[in-house]
Amino acid sequence: MGAEEAFLSLDELRVRFSDTVTIGPVSLTIARGEILALLGPSGGGKTTLLRMLAGFERPDGGRVRVEGEDVTAVPPARRRVGMVFQHYALFPHLDVGENVAFGLHGTRDEGRGTSEIVAEALALVDLAGFERRKVQELSGGQQQRVALARALAPAPRVLVLDEPLSNLDPSLRERTRRELRQLIKRIGITAVFVTHEQDEAFDLGDRIAVLSAGRLNQVGTPEDLYERPADLFVGTFVGRANVLRGAAARALGATDGEVVLVRPEQLRFGAAEGARGGLSGVVAERRYTGAAAFFQVDLETGERVEVAAEPQAARVGDRVRIGAVRTLRFADRQERG
Amino acid sequence: MTGGRGSGRSGPAGVVLTLLLAWLVLYPIVLLVVDGLHGDALRTFVERSGEWHALWASVWISLASVALAAVIGVPLAFLFEWFEFPGRKLLGSLIALPAVLPPFVGVIAFLFLYGESGFAARFLQFLFRFQQAPWHLQGAGAILLVHAYSMYVYFYLFARAGLARLDAATLEAAQALGAGRWRTITRVVLPLIRPSLAGAALLTFMTSLGSFSAPYVFGGGFRVMTTQIFASKQNGELGVAMVETVALALVALAGLALLRRTEGDAILAGLGKGTAPRRRTLRRPLVRAATTLVGWGLAVLLLLPHATLVLVSLVPYATWTTETLPPVLSFVNYGRLFAEPERLEPLVNSFWMAALSTSLAVAVGLAAGWLVVRRRTGLRRWIEGLLALPWALPGTVFAIALATAFSVSAPLQLRWILVGTVAILPLAYFVRNLPVTGRAILAGYRQLDPALEEAAASLGAGPWRTLRRVTLPQLRPALAAGASLAFVGALGEFVTSILLYTYRNRPISMEINAALRVNEIGVAAAFGVVLMVVSAVVLSIGARR
Repeated sequence: MGAEEAFLSLDELRVRFSDTVTIGPVSLTIARGEILALLGPSGGGKTTLLRMLAGFERPDGGRVRVEGEDVTAVPPARRRVGMVFQHYALFPHLDVGENVAFGLHGTRDEGRGTSEIVAEALALVDLAGFERRKVQELSGGQQQRVALARALAPAPRVLVLDEPLSNLDPSLRERTRRELRQLIKRIGITAVFVTHEQDEAFDLGDRIAVLSAGRLNQVGTPEDLYERPADLFVGTFVGRANVLRGAAARALGATDGEVVLVRPEQLRFGAAEGARGGLSGVVAERRYTGAAAFFQVDLETGERVEVAAEPQAARVGDRVRIGAVRTLRFADRQERG
Repeated sequence: MTGGRGSGRSGPAGVVLTLLLAWLVLYPIVLLVVDGLHGDALRTFVERSGEWHALWASVWISLASVALAAVIGVPLAFLFEWFEFPGRKLLGSLIALPAVLPPFVGVIAFLFLYGESGFAARFLQFLFRFQQAPWHLQGAGAILLVHAYSMYVYFYLFARAGLARLDAATLEAAQALGAGRWRTITRVVLPLIRPSLAGAALLTFMTSLGSFSAPYVFGGGFRVMTTQIFASKQNGELGVAMVETVALALVALAGLALLRRTEGDAILAGLGKGTAPRRRTLRRPLVRAATTLVGWGLAVLLLLPHATLVLVSLVPYATWTTETLPPVLSFVNYGRLFAEPERLEPLVNSFWMAALSTSLAVAVGLAAGWLVVRRRTGLRRWIEGLLALPWALPGTVFAIALATAFSVSAPLQLRWILVGTVAILPLAYFVRNLPVTGRAILAGYRQLDPALEEAAASLGAGPWRTLRRVTLPQLRPALAAGASLAFVGALGEFVTSILLYTYRNRPISMEINAALRVNEIGVAAAFGVVLMVVSAVVLSIGARR
């Protein structure tokens, strides 16, 4: 993506919390109307990055630009970044309408009154007519939508969401995920959200930035991350993967000092066509999922690998040979210490 | 716990406790109203303009004390809760120190420090060669000064607690929506901590309305209701004193009702769990230096009364006349406290009366907790109300009410002559202690998981063993908090004592008062230091978790 397309850009952002904990430097560009997911394990720095975007965390170095304007030193109150907080942070002493109207103070459009904007924002999230309700009386899902309406009402340039679905029941999450994506796309606002769940990142984000240990590992579409992970961390964090070293790795074509990453569905039993190299072992477990089954195979070299295949491909106790259709090879940092 | 065993029924234990409390708390007040409101005394009260002046003075002094205490306490709470600067932790606990000075001791410390022959006046005289003291510490201004000094702590502590409970995300949400610092504070922070502020205002108002020591020592011709009652009683106009007491009680109840209303619905408890806002480190060197300087300056100012008390306690009798600083310092006064029997006696008296009244109040509190929370007796509203009542009325009111109820021998009306005996003062302390121990123990009981007691029972423990091994250990923090506050309150108690003591059980505060009269300031200060140190130690034990 060229720099001239960037609507929102982070240049070399970094912040240091202590001698051992530093975030960045991280550089990212986000196009107008794009939804970017920040994905990673907890402590990876994704929430810090989001808070630097919203202005709550002051970076030690680097720049945040929105439409080319440097906003690094702009305080949150004047940055026009709408934020949805993890626990929503609704004001408990104000009702729903007053919560949504809070950000409209002093920035009124001509011709449109506050109550009109509030009504529109609430209608947008399917809560029309909820103005005078107490926020304590709402369900978790409704509170989340009020938080969204409140963030959107002042017409921010960027929307950021901190773990937007983590406070919802698991049964509600998947549906809310789709609705949230449709809503953001309909408004056309540029959005950045934080999650530690791969499914959520894949469903909701156009592109995903994977962060771990304060470093940006890779940015790309879900396919990029799954098919072409930039490093071993992304390969194992996104999707299921077998990681093999030593003799088992060499059996799949690796040279010394390389580690092999292979997805379960890219392993085949027997000498299937197109399969390279070979491993042998005994089937220890079989987990049936309907369309396919996952087989746990204990290799002669000591490792255990997971193979996805047709449910009838093997039985527990069978001695099998395994070939790989496709493997990914990385330099093995661990071995070098 | 709905519909648990015993729910709604009032067993014999509940009836006994309710009647006991009614006899101790409500009955004297009823007698006071019945005996007090008869023709002559009432007419005297209505016709004397001094009475109305004193009543009005009580009200406006209390309102002004609330305003002053808030103006000092609330900004300090923000400073210490939101900003990080060198010495914040130490200073933060130092500025709560006025709380360890019993009111009367605080007042005499002010007298030694800012009075006409106090250190401040002497120092200025020395500096500018004044012939006389540059001011008189007297009247409404002096009373307000003492009140502001001792009561801002309520606002400071309550507001800090409220701020600490805030969810940082709520403040960030306001900022993300474009609110500047001022708007965030006025529209979000203050409404959210309003219950804390209302609580502090209520406590300050009630304390100030019942305040006796400051008006007694500094009032001069300026009378408030508490000193007016005392004067009437000293003049032998007991009937007028009773009418005055009823009037003060009515003002107190009106204030309570009004302030309760402003507290509003207290269901502002946050929606999410959230964490308190992170403290902002003051980065700009100038701001940082200024804050630190102001902070330490303030701490010194607040600690001056304590230091003064210690210094004066080291001045032997009649060795300090016109010098700026006392020329002789020694521990002779402390020696006298313990060597002279008539000095040791009040110490012993105060300790045993405080200990006895606290133990009784704790026992009643435990019984109330068990009946109200566990048995859910049908009389639980009555029990809670009666326990809280002495708090809603100034100490003077209760002292006069008890003096009224127990100055007659009428066993059939459950009245005996206790006035003039050793028993009346510990009884009065006990009644005054009921609200603080009761509230602490009830709160502790409510946080107790009933399953623990049920588990003990299912493991074969009888009621006594359950109480001793499970309930009491769990309640320990609540018991310690309630008991320490009650003990400290009784130990340095002044207003009830001055109205009800006899020579045989005169407490420390009466001995300090007597020592001041004969200009034994060193001995008075030494007693004050003992009270201050014991109070600080007991309170710190009670605050441990």
